Amino acid sequence: MTAEEAPSRCPPNAMSEIPTTRQILSGWGRTAPSSADITRPCGPQEVTLVLEGAARTGRAVVARGLGRSYGDAAQSAGGVVVDTSALTAVLDADLDAGWVRVGAGVSLDYLMRLLVPQGWFLPVTPGTRQVTVGGAIAADIHGKNHHRDGSFCGHVKSFTLATPTGTWEVSPDTNAELFWATAGGMGLTGVILDATIQLLRIETAYMLVDTEKASDLEDCLVRMAERDDDYRYSVAWIDCLARGRRLGRAVLTRAEHAGLEDVPDLTAVEACTFDPRAPLEVPVLGPRGLLNPLTVAAFNELWYRRAPRMRLREPTRIGTYFHPLDALGAWNRLYGRRGLVQYQFVVPFGAEDVLRGVLERLSTTRAPSFLGVLKRFGEADPGPLSFPGPGWTLALDMSAASTTLATLLDELDGKVAAAGGRIYLAKDSRLRPELTGAMYPRLGEWQEVRDRVDPERLLVSDLARRLGLVERGGLRPPIRGHRLSGALG
Amino acid sequence: MNDAFGMPQTAVVLGGTSEIARSVMRKLAGRYLRHVVLAGRDKAGLDDAARELRALGVATVETVAWDATDVDLEQLLARDVAGRMGRIDLVLMACGVLGDQAACESDPAAAAAVFNANFSGPAAAMVAFAEVLRSQGHGRLLVLSSVAGVRVRRSNFVYGASKAGLDSFAQGLAEALRLSGAGVTIVRPGWVATRMTAGRPAAPMATTPEAVAADIVRGLERSVDVVWSPASLRLLFAVFSLLPKSAWRRLSG
Repeated sequence: MTAEEAPSRCPPNAMSEIPTTRQILSGWGRTAPSSADITRPCGPQEVTLVLEGAARTGRAVVARGLGRSYGDAAQSAGGVVVDTSALTAVLDADLDAGWVRVGAGVSLDYLMRLLVPQGWFLPVTPGTRQVTVGGAIAADIHGKNHHRDGSFCGHVKSFTLATPTGTWEVSPDTNAELFWATAGGMGLTGVILDATIQLLRIETAYMLVDTEKASDLEDCLVRMAERDDDYRYSVAWIDCLARGRRLGRAVLTRAEHAGLEDVPDLTAVEACTFDPRAPLEVPVLGPRGLLNPLTVAAFNELWYRRAPRMRLREPTRIGTYFHPLDALGAWNRLYGRRGLVQYQFVVPFGAEDVLRGVLERLSTTRAPSFLGVLKRFGEADPGPLSFPGPGWTLALDMSAASTTLATLLDELDGKVAAAGGRIYLAKDSRLRPELTGAMYPRLGEWQEVRDRVDPERLLVSDLARRLGLVERGGLRPPIRGHRLSGALG
Repeated sequence: MNDAFGMPQTAVVLGGTSEIARSVMRKLAGRYLRHVVLAGRDKAGLDDAARELRALGVATVETVAWDATDVDLEQLLARDVAGRMGRIDLVLMACGVLGDQAACESDPAAAAAVFNANFSGPAAAMVAFAEVLRSQGHGRLLVLSSVAGVRVRRSNFVYGASKAGLDSFAQGLAEALRLSGAGVTIVRPGWVATRMTAGRPAAPMATTPEAVAADIVRGLERSVDVVWSPASLRLLFAVFSLLPKSAWRRLSG
C-alpha cells in the first residue's frame, strides 16, 4: 500500500453482498500456503456482515493486514480472510495532546509519512514500516525501545474490536481482559476495526546514532547491560556465523531522537521531512542455493568490517536507523521457492548461557543466517500471549530449504523452553505444538477470555490450528450411526 | 497443518500396511506428525502398524477397515476421517496389488480385479479425498504410482497399465486442484524389494521401501509434483520412452 492509495474508496451502498475471491495465501516466509476466500470490507458494518456470515455457515475467519507475519498467522485454510487494507480512515486526531484514532488497516508507513512532519512519532516501530495498526496490536509488536517503553499495546489507548458476539470498545480500563487478550492474541479474539494510539513528540526526522563494535558475545552483552538504559533505542546486529573467539561478534547501534540543534545545517522543515522513496523490489524468486553458508558468511564479514569501531552522535534518518528491511522491497523472494523461517525467541536474564549455546549451535551447524538481531527486553505487558518479557531476544532469518534446520530449531526450542523462554508467534511456522503451553503458560487464561467473545470458535487461523491455540488437537470420537463407525477404532 | 518444511500434522493412509507407506509414516512421526488414520483390509497388519506409530510418539493412531474396491464407501470414509481429524494434511494412497500376469491374460475377472485394486478403487477414493482437500483449502494427496506405468512391459503390462491409468488420473487431478490450495504428488518408484515383489527377480536399480520413503519425504519438503525413486529413473525413463518398440522389447523382455 502506498500513501496515495490509503483512503478507502467504497461504493456508498456496498452492504448487500460482500464479494470474496479464492486466493492462496502464505506469510512473509512464503512457507505452508493455503487457500481461503478473501474479502475486503470497506467499513465496520461490512466486517460485521462477514462475521455474521461466518457464524451462519460455521466457517473459520481471521483478519489479515499487510501479511508481514512470517508464518501462518494471517491465513485460514478453507475459511474467510478479512483483508483490512480498506480500513484506512484517519478518524480522529489531537495533535496537541498527541494521539490519533485510525482504521486498523492503516500502515505504520502511512502514519509516519503523515505524522513525522508534524513533529510526532509512533511510540513503537518494528524493523519495517509495512505493517498495519491492527497487525501491530495483534502481535503486540516491539521495537528497539522495548527496554524503556515496552511494546506497542502499552501505547494503545483503546480500540474497537468486532467479534462474533458483537463489537466492543476496548481499553485497558474498560474490558481490560479483552484488551490484553487481543494484545498479542494473533487476531484470534476478533477483527480490530480502529485504534487510538498515543504518539511521541519529536523535533526532527533524524536520529543521533552511537555505533560501536563488540568483539564477541560476552563483550556485547556487557555493553548492552551496562549502557542500554542511557538510550531510548538500542539494538545489536550479531554475526551468527562467526565462530570461536569471534562467536557473537556484533555491531551495537543505539540512538536518541535528534533535536533541531543536532542538525544545524537543516531548516526546521527540512529536518522534519520524512519521505522515504519506494524501494526497489526483488523482481523474481532467488535461484536455489543463492543464500548458502559461503555467500552469507561473506556478507556478514563485509558488514562487520565496514562498521566503525566507535562512532558517536551521528545524525541518521529515521528510516535508515529503524527500517533497514524496507530498503529492498519483497526481499523475502531472495530465499527462493522454499521460502524462509524466522526464528525469534526470548530467554530471561540469567539465561545468558542458553543464548550462548544457541549461537554456538547455529555457528557450528553453519545454518546460513544473515545478521541476527539481539535486544534486551524490558518489563512485559499484561497480555497473556504477548511475546516480550524481561530478558534477551534474538531473531534470525534462515532458508527453509536447509535440510538440518527443522531438527536444529526443535533442539533450540527445547533449550529455550527449559530456560523459561518462548518463541514469537508472529514469526513461527514450525514450533512443536506440545511446547506452546510451556512457552505460554497463561494460554488457558487467554482461551477463557477468547471463548467468551467467540464461543463457536470461528476465529481460527492456520497458526491456531497448527499450535492448538483455539482448540486442542486430537481426533474427535467416531460419528455414531453410520456405516463406517463400527469399523473405526 | 503443515509446518514450514512441508511436514504434515495429520495423515490418512489408504493401504496402511504397505511397506513404503509404513516407512513414510515412521519418518514423518519423527517430524511433525501427530494424528493418523490407517485404512486397509488387513486388521492385524493395521494394528501392528498403529502400535509402531504410537510407540514413535504419534499422539493418536486409529485403524479403519476399508477395501479400495468398495467404491460406495469412499466418500463416507473421506468425510468421516475429515470430520474427526478436523484437517487432513496428507492423504497417502498406497494400496495396490501386483496381480498374476499370466492369469490376467486368460481370465478377464483376474484382470478386472487388478484394475479395480490399482486403478478404479484408488481413483474413486482420490475423488472423495480431493473433494475434502479442496474444501479445506490445503492438504496433499500422495499417490504411489510406479515406473511400470511409464512404459509398460510385455511381462507385467496389466499391472503397468493399471498404474499408468492411476498416474494419468493423478496428473489430471493435480491440474484440477491447481489454485485450490491442495496439491498432488505422484511417486514413481522403480523395483522395490517388498512383500509384493517377494520371490520375483530383482530389476536393475532395485531399491528399498526406506529409500523410497526418504525420497518421498524430500519431495514433500520441496512440494514437488513427481518423485522418482531413485531419482536417476527420471532420465532413464525419458530415454526408454523414446526407444523404438523393437529395442524396448529386447531391453525389457
